Amino acid sequence: MDFDLSEEQGMLKDSVERLLKDQYGFEARGKYRAGDTGFSEKMWNQYAELGLLALPFAEEDGGIGGGATETMIVMEAFGKALILEPYFASVILAGGVLRHAGNSEQKSTLIPGIADGSLRMAFACAEPQGRYDLFDVETTAKKNGDGWVIDGKKALVLHGDSAGKLIVSARTSGGSRDEDGISLFLVDGNAEGVSRHGYPTQDGLRAAEITLQSVKVGADALIGSEGGAWPVISRVSDEAVAALCAEAVGCFEKMHELTLDYLKTRSQFGTTIGSFQALQHRAVDMFVELEQSRSMTMYASMLATGDDPVERARAVSAAKVQIGESAKIIGREAIQLHGGVGMTMEYAIGHYFKRTTMIDILFGDANHHLKRLAQMDGLIREDA
Amino acid sequence: MDLRFTEDELAFRDEVRTFFREALPASIRENIVAGRHTTKEELVTWTRILHDKGWAVPHWPVEHGGTGWSPVKQYIYLEEMSQTPAPAPLAFGVNMVGPVIYTFGNEAQKSRFLPRIATLEDWWCQGFSEPGSGSDLASLKTRAVRDGDEYVVNGQKTWTTLAQYADWIFCLVRTDPDARKQSGISFLLIDMKTPGITVRPIQTIDGGVEVNEVFFDDVRVPVENLVGEENKGWNYAKFLLGNERVNIARVGVSKERIRRIKELAAHQRVGGERMIDQPEFREKVAAVEVRLKALEMTQLRVLAGEAKREKGTQDPASSILKIKGSEIQQATTELLMDVVGPYAMPYIPEDDIDGRNEPSIGPDWASTIAPAYFNTRKVSIYGGSNEIQKNIIAKAILGL
Repeated sequence: MDFDLSEEQGMLKDSVERLLKDQYGFEARGKYRAGDTGFSEKMWNQYAELGLLALPFAEEDGGIGGGATETMIVMEAFGKALILEPYFASVILAGGVLRHAGNSEQKSTLIPGIADGSLRMAFACAEPQGRYDLFDVETTAKKNGDGWVIDGKKALVLHGDSAGKLIVSARTSGGSRDEDGISLFLVDGNAEGVSRHGYPTQDGLRAAEITLQSVKVGADALIGSEGGAWPVISRVSDEAVAALCAEAVGCFEKMHELTLDYLKTRSQFGTTIGSFQALQHRAVDMFVELEQSRSMTMYASMLATGDDPVERARAVSAAKVQIGESAKIIGREAIQLHGGVGMTMEYAIGHYFKRTTMIDILFGDANHHLKRLAQMDGLIREDA
Repeated sequence: MDLRFTEDELAFRDEVRTFFREALPASIRENIVAGRHTTKEELVTWTRILHDKGWAVPHWPVEHGGTGWSPVKQYIYLEEMSQTPAPAPLAFGVNMVGPVIYTFGNEAQKSRFLPRIATLEDWWCQGFSEPGSGSDLASLKTRAVRDGDEYVVNGQKTWTTLAQYADWIFCLVRTDPDARKQSGISFLLIDMKTPGITVRPIQTIDGGVEVNEVFFDDVRVPVENLVGEENKGWNYAKFLLGNERVNIARVGVSKERIRRIKELAAHQRVGGERMIDQPEFREKVAAVEVRLKALEMTQLRVLAGEAKREKGTQDPASSILKIKGSEIQQATTELLMDVVGPYAMPYIPEDDIDGRNEPSIGPDWASTIAPAYFNTRKVSIYGGSNEIQKNIIAKAILGL
């Protein structure tokens, strides 16, 4: 058992944190957000230069071959800086599908573009009626000569409005809530029949509702096996949750730091408010949640890339429950301890609160994952 | 970073697990499973078994009988013991006064006391709290006045756990009444058979008698029983309380209790179905399991960091272990109350005694549940209340 980062991991952490510290202050973020795509192309290119966009891909596919710990390091740093760029959507989600299910041709045509920043992708895996159940797929893909024709509506596609290419889940057989019969297709973002309604999300990022109407794709658009996409989707989703947990920990860390700064500098009744025990204990509650979240994120990162789907799912769900609960506690305490200024758009703390609240929702909130964990008999069983 | 146990650690886990299962007398295990208190004889028996194996004090320095295990192995050892479930070695000896003696005591004290702690030939209890000194421990008033080669001790200690069995008590006493309150305290080892000591039991709300008041009336203690330097006792006490926090998370105890909860809930029927099959109950249990897993990982992080820390210093983050560990222990007894339902009501203190002939009222495990629930309120109070732990974190980590 070893909790230390290797030398390379330490260097990765330093370099990402330094880049963001220099160029991703709260004011800079505001400017990036006001741009056309809602994020910074310049930063995106710098992530590419640092190798971050190539990080999780295998070396033979043009990547760097980073593992769960590397992703955790990067996502945590991104959380601290509250970045807006579509790293999660393109590298973690779409990239995850390609890593686990892409054939060699798909990998060799797409991964180099993702890795050098020229191609941004999105994963259209959710639907309006499905809530958090990604197997609830009503979008259909029907055989059309050699290829397929896709019809349906995908919901809350993260960065779906600006993505060059989409990976779309669609049903090729079975009923709308069957785990079997789901397939994944590569669809050009501007293909005929694709209409994208982009919008900002509460946390300042972007998403889109995407309608596919008689969208024709070739046989080579199928990613993975026909009808056999569910294990891929659930695996990518589990890895994505681990990455989100790490991002949340970065946010929590910053929220705690900002709150402590405020407690130490804000003066009332002739003294700094951090001298009041009632407030000290609330700051400690935040600290405890932060450390418990960090512990669970390490645990989930370790198991999220494992091959046993049940063990992986248990660990990831447990971590997401912790993160969701901690997001509520840390968020409410951070705002409360800041008082009125915590309510303002111009101050950073509220933006962290909004992002962590959205992270709770993404890929299943605490209630969803608690139910999932309970159905899998929890973490402590006779055999474990 | 690799959070999995190594091959070596896994092999070690199997070794201790097998040994505990085979070496622990079945009757001792059954008593714990049934929620009964472990008796003095049982704990002595178990300690001697561990001692014969060379495992009675694994965390001590090798020259005093320790094993030289890594912190992770020590953790595995404690975890496996509580999940057997076997009784924990008497903390007052092996975790509290033992480390104080081998760290700050003189050679005579080491050779006199340490071997008898390891075998539980001497049962130790802790004389820290006083009626007027709980969280504000340094305000303690029990006086020790030097008279030739002896100290004369007068005063009162309280919450003295299992003092009714004790051969010795380690005490914080005031030797300099004029110094600032932390500076006038000394650490004294007192033979419980000394004339002038009176032990009065305190019955707690669960009906049990774990704690006592201990009165000192002109108790004469040889000066050779002073540990370290006079008036430096507060430093030794802080060291001791820090050690106490490392073992206070009780992850293994809570794990074992959750297994028990699931097992019992599989036999309880509610509205025609098994309680364990009810989604809302399963979710309540799962929520506690999540917090417990987070605690376990935090515990391991603290342990892994310990190897790199200066000897004798404590990771302030270990305060988290106390806070979360106690909350989770309390949550598990709340779940037990949920499981037992109405048959938590009968108050049958005799059920704490093994081998009682009377048939039980309700399920034979039911009557110990409510007492366990009441008793477990103590865990967020003792060893520095959770509010004191928060003060420590606020000051030492957050800089408030």
